[in-house]
Amino acid sequence: MKLLAVKSNYRMFFLLSLSMVSLFASQQSMAQEVGDHQYTTEAIQAGSRVYTQQCALCHGPQGATVDGIDLRRGQFRTATSDDDLRSVIAEGAAEGRMPAFSLSSVELSGVIAFIRAGFDPDGIAVKIGDPVRGKALFEGKGECADCHRVNGVGPRTAPDLSDIGAIRTPASLQRNLLDPATALLPINRPIRIVTRNEETIVGRRLNEDTYTVQVLDSNERLRSLRKSDLVTYEISDAPSKQPTTLSSEEVADVIGYMLTLRGL
Amino acid sequence: MTLTKLRIKTLILFCGSVLLLSQSMLSSAQVPYERILNAADEPENWLTYNGGYSAQRHSALDQINADNVDNLQLQWTLQNQVFGAWQSNPIIVDGVMYVTERPNSVMAVDAVTGRVFWKYRHTPAENSLVCCGANNRGVAVLGDMVYMGTLDARLVALDRVNGQPLWDVEVGDVNQAYSVTMAPLAVKDKIIVGVGGGEFGIRGYVAAYDALTGEEAWKTYTIPGPGEPNHDSWEGDDWEHGGAPVWITGSFDPELNLTYWGVGNPGPDWNAGQRPGDNLYSDSAIALDADTGELKWYFQFTPNDAYDYDSVQVPVLADIVWRGSPKKIMMWANRNGYFYVLDRVTGEFLEGKPYVTVNWSSGLDENGRPIPTPQPEGMPTFPGNQGGTNWYPPSYSPNTGLFYFSAWKDYATIYRAEESDYVPGRAFLGGGFSVLAPAPGAPTIGIGRTNPINNWTNEVGHASLKAMDPQTGEAVWSYDQFDVSDSGMLTTGSDLLFTGGREGYFHAIDAKNGDLLWNVNLGGQIVMAPVTFMVDGIQYVSVISGHALSTFALRN
Repeated sequence: MKLLAVKSNYRMFFLLSLSMVSLFASQQSMAQEVGDHQYTTEAIQAGSRVYTQQCALCHGPQGATVDGIDLRRGQFRTATSDDDLRSVIAEGAAEGRMPAFSLSSVELSGVIAFIRAGFDPDGIAVKIGDPVRGKALFEGKGECADCHRVNGVGPRTAPDLSDIGAIRTPASLQRNLLDPATALLPINRPIRIVTRNEETIVGRRLNEDTYTVQVLDSNERLRSLRKSDLVTYEISDAPSKQPTTLSSEEVADVIGYMLTLRGL
Repeated sequence: MTLTKLRIKTLILFCGSVLLLSQSMLSSAQVPYERILNAADEPENWLTYNGGYSAQRHSALDQINADNVDNLQLQWTLQNQVFGAWQSNPIIVDGVMYVTERPNSVMAVDAVTGRVFWKYRHTPAENSLVCCGANNRGVAVLGDMVYMGTLDARLVALDRVNGQPLWDVEVGDVNQAYSVTMAPLAVKDKIIVGVGGGEFGIRGYVAAYDALTGEEAWKTYTIPGPGEPNHDSWEGDDWEHGGAPVWITGSFDPELNLTYWGVGNPGPDWNAGQRPGDNLYSDSAIALDADTGELKWYFQFTPNDAYDYDSVQVPVLADIVWRGSPKKIMMWANRNGYFYVLDRVTGEFLEGKPYVTVNWSSGLDENGRPIPTPQPEGMPTFPGNQGGTNWYPPSYSPNTGLFYFSAWKDYATIYRAEESDYVPGRAFLGGGFSVLAPAPGAPTIGIGRTNPINNWTNEVGHASLKAMDPQTGEAVWSYDQFDVSDSGMLTTGSDLLFTGGREGYFHAIDAKNGDLLWNVNLGGQIVMAPVTFMVDGIQYVSVISGHALSTFALRN
């Protein structure tokens, strides 16, 4: 049953992706619009292919499988500038654990562009509205702040969104608002636990292994529980939130606001 | 007598004495071939990668048992000095442990205290290229030497006493991305290794070297060249860069004089359409004559593989009564999701059944050939790219008659194929893949994930330790974990099964029924198999977790 659910989710995603690609193919890439780094869509897309062929094996499809490095988020061990990245790729680093790659200068620029564009080869695929209006919606009508905390303000029951603009693409943020059931990370599924002591705990998981589960409960307490002490352990497939009722303009504004949340 | 005659006579005498000397060096050496041949008779040592030529990873030691395993106590820990998964398998000879560290260091360690006697460092060439981390999985010992393959595709022989290099020979061309990550296999007077590079368009082979001199004795390609049998399983020049690496230590049957090896994926990995044909001997078990390297038989698990289903699992050998008749069998839980039993005399297929969800194939025909059912583009393939299992060594216990290994359940991948041009020394992949995640864009399984938080949960795949009955091809019991596991297995004469997983738990499980008897959280991923040995009457169990090698024994 779990398997079927997984498959159907995937199909929806596939269709969604297709429609987004056709919808936004003509739009300008985000990487061209923002930041100090000027990259062309062609370079980003060419870089995407180089990345898949040369880099993804170690760094993973999301760029985060090497310890201490998250390429998509721009988190590197030593490099800061594009030139640093260029020399790490061309010359190798970390005592041979990162080998030297003999890429052409076009390939090299492309892969750096792809990394700087946050692994988003299609660039911006979502309409982005006014951050000021978005903040008001986030804290008011949109009811986001009822559960989410930002920069030290608000409840901790749902994930803290202080850096959500740095770790998610606009498309992912939009999907979370419009279709949370397909966008919710498994670790964030609502859980309900009853212990042997007849205590009922609701909240969400922070981590889990074969014998224990680490929970942030509805009272914002960190709990670590042994599974052998649990009488009931339910993980809901349904997210705790419904698709947003905001208009498409308002959704664009909220996304615009969330993209300004870049963490410390 | 003329001077010339005298000289010749002297020369003959000299040569004769050198020959005698080298023979006596081997026979009086610490680990002559005969010791390895009879490794099962000295369970206090762990003399090969898999504990003996049959690769059962089974020790007759039984001091630690189900009744006292609760009293296991940490004796010592050795910290690794480098980052990255520590996949090395220690060898233990007469109280000395030999273990490698990334990228290519060897340490000789006192097995009782964990103090280091010596450390040898080989610095691989800067352009060494490996797909999946600067791994080294251990050494071989023979005579008075310790042997290590290197990331830059060399084979190095060290003096076992002081760690000095004695010879260092090229196994493959580092400029074309050949590498050696496996522990070598010592057989008679030869050291045998295979090469990695299946993601870089190499042409794989297994090669044997004279143990004393390093001189190449034989070399057998895993892709037949023009004029050789089965060359026609490739088209055009695909065979020249078709991959088929050998990066896991093989096994050996002295009676048949055959060494057995698992062969890796064809290249480019994910675009099978670019290399029409069965692509022999990729994804196969091969039997090579130990003296000549001649191919005696092969069995291909995954013809024209599009899923990176390397068959680099350890060939596990046993002599058993199989369905009423004595048989020399080989057991093989393959990355492609099927468990196989083969006749290792002939390579004949005896049994094969899926042990996890398999949808790339609807079953095996009477010869063990899979019936392909490729999934539509964009749809998930089970098992996923890391396979139903992978390289981590299984165990077979002659006591229980069961075969134990780590499987990945409910784990799938979406593949994407694209044309790739072969450029020497560069990745040759033919597309890419993503792990099927329950939510699009969810963080997914990385090959070398070291984050202590499992934020993709068991919904993306999880481990299931399986105890397979070779008589039926089916699991007798399973032990599931929440995370996936890249841990190998160890069984003992007291029917304990030691293993681990990515969560960092070190487990002792009842090999008969799968009951958990004891475990401890060591905090780092266990991505190799435990070993056991005995010094001065005390049995030890060692396991590598994260960056620490920990050794346990019973409390006094």
